[in-house]
Amino acid sequence: MDAISGLAMGFGNALTPINLGWALLGCFLGTAIGVLPGLGPALTIALLLPVTFQVEATGAFILFCGVFYGAMYGGSTTSILLNTPGESGSIITALEGAKMARHGRAGPALVTAAIGSFVAGTVGTLGISFVGPLVVEVALKLGPAEYFSLMLLCFVTVSAVLGGSALRGLTSLGFGLMLGLVGIDLQTGQPRLTFGIPELLDGVNVVLVAVALFAVGETLHLAWRHVEGNQEVRPVGRLWMSAGDWRRSIGPWLRGSFLGFPFGVLPAGGTEMPTMLSYYAERKLVKPEHAGEFGTTGAIEGVAGPEAANNAAAAGVLVPMLTLGLPTSATAAIMLSAFQSYGIQPGPLLFTQQPVLVWTLIASLYIANVMLVVLNLPLVGLWARILKIPTPQLYAGILVFATIGTYGISNSVTDLVLLYGIGIIAMFMRRFDFPTAPVVIGMILGPMAEQALRQALTISQGDWSTFVTRPISLGILLVAVLALSGPRLWGAWRARAAR
Amino acid sequence: MKQPIAPAGTPGADLAVGLFVMLLGALTLYAACAIPDSPLYAQVGAKAVPYLVGVILVLLGGGLSAVALRGGWSRDNEEAMAAPPTNWRALALLGAGLLVQVALIGWLGFVIAATIQYVLVCAAFGSRRPVRDLAIGIAVTLGAYLGFSRLLGVNIGAGVLEGLL
Repeated sequence: MDAISGLAMGFGNALTPINLGWALLGCFLGTAIGVLPGLGPALTIALLLPVTFQVEATGAFILFCGVFYGAMYGGSTTSILLNTPGESGSIITALEGAKMARHGRAGPALVTAAIGSFVAGTVGTLGISFVGPLVVEVALKLGPAEYFSLMLLCFVTVSAVLGGSALRGLTSLGFGLMLGLVGIDLQTGQPRLTFGIPELLDGVNVVLVAVALFAVGETLHLAWRHVEGNQEVRPVGRLWMSAGDWRRSIGPWLRGSFLGFPFGVLPAGGTEMPTMLSYYAERKLVKPEHAGEFGTTGAIEGVAGPEAANNAAAAGVLVPMLTLGLPTSATAAIMLSAFQSYGIQPGPLLFTQQPVLVWTLIASLYIANVMLVVLNLPLVGLWARILKIPTPQLYAGILVFATIGTYGISNSVTDLVLLYGIGIIAMFMRRFDFPTAPVVIGMILGPMAEQALRQALTISQGDWSTFVTRPISLGILLVAVLALSGPRLWGAWRARAAR
Repeated sequence: MKQPIAPAGTPGADLAVGLFVMLLGALTLYAACAIPDSPLYAQVGAKAVPYLVGVILVLLGGGLSAVALRGGWSRDNEEAMAAPPTNWRALALLGAGLLVQVALIGWLGFVIAATIQYVLVCAAFGSRRPVRDLAIGIAVTLGAYLGFSRLLGVNIGAGVLEGLL
């Protein structure tokens, strides 16, 4: 099915009152939870996964799409008003946005972030509609060997290329792979890494791990270094952009969107790199009379560009998730497990087997995007009030919801012990600067990679050279090697050139 | 040369992290050995990948330890270096909150266990009005319980208060 007729069908489905209601609820919940400092889209969707028990698949995914975009909007509000970015992608927004807020320009910063997110969301969603089917056509030609190579590439890019240190990124990934191994082996039925505990036979639940990493770990880390006294929330002021603000924002919005989307689509799934690049680009391109605002009073370009890049990249991540079944961000990994709980396996066949679901989902991304820009600016006062919940009550509430979300999965105290145990590990990971997203990705992708590896070797009758004799597989592996060694070689070359 | 205030900023702490990762790898290897051999023939059996992951974790832990012995990576981490000292009171109260939940949830049910946890976590973050926290805690946990069990149909288990509702 081509994109136009697919979208027509999708909109026909998504515009029913019930589905519009799901989208509205998703946008509202996503923003409300995304606004809370330290909480992002991955955790919000994880906590809402129980709706999959009651709601049919289409409704649930419309809800998740609303949550996904809503939580990103909420995150930018927190970055600007409180200077606490909830996820790595909004660190840059906090950089300039919080400075603008400190100089009484919170209003324009919030507006440019909201409209920038809308522009980026539109570009990103259009990208999904038209790039998605193309990727599917390529993906249908890939066998298990290519898939395995592709997953190796994912592992390398999400853990070693992004973030501060390859060693720490890979360690996080390894921890995730280890958690993914727990349970019954799919092919032989043997229990693995269960240490004789019967509750572990079903494996470690990914929701549990996400909640432990993002909610329990965050709370513990805050308590570790807690100092009495609340953070100051900057006043919102007037939500208004002057003609000059508009002129200065349009370029960054578009550049950020077109920069961010490809980064999301490539299995490099981070939002850090495109937001950084957008920030540096805007800093270079800014008119000389405004150059002094960067890093001092806060430049609107430095909010508009990175915020657009962040949202476009996050939308782009849905392309490999839907078409290849490869999650390249923590949020995508949680969404994938939501699909799995309906017995749906995302991948190239999803577009032919579940066309209604896929296109309704894409159409509801457009709808969520429009809803958010219409809803959020008038409601920003409400979101700012959520930020004023005192720290003790806020984190006590987060722990209660983390507990009920986990205990509800299986009613097992073993799960609670795991939740708090992994939460303690996550606290140390935060302190020692280990990224958390690779844990979730390794956990979801690890078992899939193992299965692809075993299938590929069964097809090749045990011949390991299958990974390097098939040209596409070899190509992907070479890219992975390049991605792992490239930055280091480049650094070494620069160091030599400097000498 | 300014000495870091927090004792956690010394390379010793980084070394402990490296050793912990190695231990994790060793644990994985140990568990991989315990997987029984499958009677089915397979090129890559159930044991291969656990062995691989174990070896990778041991190697990464070794790498981290080597970095720690050369001074560690935390000294370049401004956030960790500038952090205020450990708040033992907050950590202890929060830890008590977690233990209470684990110990009581199966016996007294979610609502009571979570309310006690709520009050303890509030106290950990410096709240000085336990009675008000208790009232808010009951409202929050009851709301969460009813929302999850009635609206979403999630089974949160039985308990003293849950039986009355």
